[in-house]
Amino acid sequence: MISLAGRDIQHAWGKFVFTGVGLGLLIGVTLTMAGVYRGMVDDAKALLDNSGADLWVVQQGTLGPYAESSSLYDDIYRSILGMPGVTRAANVTYLTMQVRHGGQDVRAMVVGVVCGGAGQPGQPGYLVSGRRITRTHYEAVADMASGFKLGDRIRIRRNLYSVVGLTRRMVSSSGDPMVFIPIKDAQEAQFLKDNDAIVQQRRRTAANPLFNRPGAPGLLDAVIASQSKNPYVNAVLVQIKPGLSPEEAAEPIRRWKRLQVYTREQMEEILVGKLIATSAKQIGMFLVILAIVSAAIIAFIIFTLTLGKIREIAVLKLIGTRNSTIAWMILQQALALGVIGFVVGKIAATIWAPFFPKYVLLVPEDAARGFMALMVICVFASLLAIRTALRVDPAEAIGG
Amino acid sequence: MADIRRKGIHIEAICKRYGKGDTAVDALKGLEMQVFPGEVVGLIGPSGSGKSTLLKCLGAVIEPTTGRMTLGGEVIYDNGWKIPDLRALRRDKIGFVFQAPYLIPFLDVTDNVALPPMLAGRSNAESRKRALELLEALDVAHRAKAMISQLSGGEQQRVSIARALVNRPPVILADEPTAPLDSERAMAVIRILNDMAVQYETAIIVVTHDEKIIPTFKRIYRIRDGKTQEEAGEGRALNSIDSFAVLNRFPQKVR
Ligand SMILES: Nc1ncnc2c1ncn2[C@@H]1O[C@H](COP(=O)(O)OP(=O)(O)OP(=O)(O)O)[C@@H](O)[C@H]1O
Ligand SMILES: [Mg+2]
Repeated sequence: MISLAGRDIQHAWGKFVFTGVGLGLLIGVTLTMAGVYRGMVDDAKALLDNSGADLWVVQQGTLGPYAESSSLYDDIYRSILGMPGVTRAANVTYLTMQVRHGGQDVRAMVVGVVCGGAGQPGQPGYLVSGRRITRTHYEAVADMASGFKLGDRIRIRRNLYSVVGLTRRMVSSSGDPMVFIPIKDAQEAQFLKDNDAIVQQRRRTAANPLFNRPGAPGLLDAVIASQSKNPYVNAVLVQIKPGLSPEEAAEPIRRWKRLQVYTREQMEEILVGKLIATSAKQIGMFLVILAIVSAAIIAFIIFTLTLGKIREIAVLKLIGTRNSTIAWMILQQALALGVIGFVVGKIAATIWAPFFPKYVLLVPEDAARGFMALMVICVFASLLAIRTALRVDPAEAIGG
Repeated sequence: MADIRRKGIHIEAICKRYGKGDTAVDALKGLEMQVFPGEVVGLIGPSGSGKSTLLKCLGAVIEPTTGRMTLGGEVIYDNGWKIPDLRALRRDKIGFVFQAPYLIPFLDVTDNVALPPMLAGRSNAESRKRALELLEALDVAHRAKAMISQLSGGEQQRVSIARALVNRPPVILADEPTAPLDSERAMAVIRILNDMAVQYETAIIVVTHDEKIIPTFKRIYRIRDGKTQEEAGEGRALNSIDSFAVLNRFPQKVR
C-alpha cells in the first residue's frame, strides 16, 4: 500500500511547507519562551555559583540578600570565621543601579567585594582579561555584558572607577551584568548622601540637645562621625571545610550567632521558587496560550485541507478504502505538519536566541517535551477533520 | 449457461423509499432487471425516475427497502438482510465509472489504477503490474507516470475505466460516463466498455441521457415511475470506430 498522506503532501508540498513554516515560527516563539524561563533559572544559578559561597549568612528573619534586603554589621564575619567548619568568610554588598559611562548608563548589579584572588568568597571565578581589584578604592571589574572595556571610567554615585578587569557570565538573578568594586566603596555607595543632605543631617544633630551638650565637648563630633559611616553589609559569604555537610556548618551559626543562614539548596529554592516564580507563571501562561493557538492553527489547516478533498474521500470510500486508512492519512498529515513546524521552530529559535538582551537557554529536554506536546496537539487537532472525513457518505461520489 | 445466468446482475422487486411518513418518496417500486456477463446494458429514463437511486443500491452505498439483489453470483441484499462487508463488496465486486472521472489528483495515473488492488491487500508491485496491463489495453500506458491534471478528458475517462476494471469485478456501474464528451469520444468510451465487457466477462450498466449512444445498446432498460421496462436496442455495430485513435486525437478536458 502506498502512503496516501505522503503522496498528498508531495502533490501540495508548497502549501504544506508554507503553512509548516508559519506554524514553525509560532513554535519557535514557544521554544524561546521556554528558553527565557530556563535562562532566568540559569542566571539565578550562575549568581549562586559565581558567589563562590557554601553558606549565605544574612539578617535574622529575612530571605536576603537577593530576594529581600538584609543588613548585617560589617564585623560579624570575624565571629563567623571562628565557627566550626568555616574556612573563609567575606562581607559582600549588592546594589542594583544604573552605572553611568560617558553619556549613557547601564543597568548593573554593583557588588562590593573584599579584595582577594580567585576562590575568595564573592570574587569572580576567573577573568576574561585584565586583573583583579588590588587597590581598596576606585577600581572595578565589570562583566562583558555591560559593554564596558578595560580602562573605561565608570561612575557609580559620586565616584569614578576605572575598569581593570572583565568577567563573563557574572549576572544578577534578573540577568543584569555585575560590576565588582571594593567593599568600602560599595558600602559608601549604598549610603552616600549628597552634600545638601549631609549639611541637613549635621544641622539636625547639632540642634538636638541630647547630642549637643555643653558639658560634653566632643560628643557632637563623635555622633556626626558615626552617622556618616555605613557599618552595614548585605551578607557574609562563607566557605566551609570540604567534606562537611553545609547544614552541619550552618546550624551552629544559626544557633549561636542568631543569624539566618542559607545553604546552596535553600538559596536556589528562594531564587527559583520565590524570586522568579511570578515570571515563571507569566511564561507558563504564555506557553498555554501558544499551545492553544498552535492547536487551533493546526486544526484549522488540517480541516481546510480535508474539506478540499471531500470528493476524493468519497471516491476512496466508494472503491473500498477503510475508514481507518482515511483517518490515518489525515492524522499523518497533521503529524507531518507538526514535524515540519517543529524543525522550522527549532532552527528559528536557535538562530534568534542569541539576539535576546537577556540569556535565553534552549535545553534539549524542553525541545523534546515540546515535540511530544506538539504531537499530542496534532492528534487532537486532526480529530475534527477526521470526524468530518469519516462522515462523508460514499454515495456522494455517485451523485444525483 | 445456467452458471453465467447466475453471475452478472440480478435485481428482483427492489423498492426504495426515501424518508418517512408524509414526506416519503418512493424512488423505486418493485424494479426488475438482469444484466449478464459480457453485456453492456443501457439504463435510461427521465430525470427523477430513480436511475441514480438504483445505482446507489447496486453500488452498496444505500440500502433498498425491500427486494433482492445478486451481484456476480452472490446475494448481496435480500429483504432487509445484506452481506456484512459492504466495503469489501464495493472493492472486489464492483467497478464505478462516473460522469467526471473522479480520479485522485495526488496520485499518478498508475497508482490511481493500482489503488483498488492495493486496497484489496495486493503488493504494490503486483498492483502496478495489473494497472499497467490495463492501461496498455486502454492505450494510455504512455501516460502512466503523468499526474491526473496533465491528462486530456478522454484519457482521464479511460484511466477511470481502468480503475473500475482493475480488480476484475463482475459488475461495472457507469453513471453518465459520456456526458462531458463529444459524440466521437462518447462512442469511443462505449466501445471500450463493450470490449472490456467481453474481454473480462463483466456485466455493465450504463446510465445515460445521451441520445448519441443509446442506439449502441443491444438491450435497454427504460425506467419510469420506479419501474423498468425492458426494450430491445438497435445494437448498432461499433466496429467502424477506432476508439483509441479518437480518444487520443484531441486533448479535451473533462472538468
Ligand atoms: N436522499 C434522498 N432523499 C429523498 N429523496 C430522494 C433522495 N435521493 C433521491 N430522491 C428522490 O428519489 C427520486 C429518484 O431520484 P434519482 O436521483 O434516483 O433520480 P435520477 O433518475 O437519477 O434523476 P437524474 O436523471 O435527474 O439524475 C427523485 O424523486 C428524488 O427526488
Ligand atoms: Mg441521477
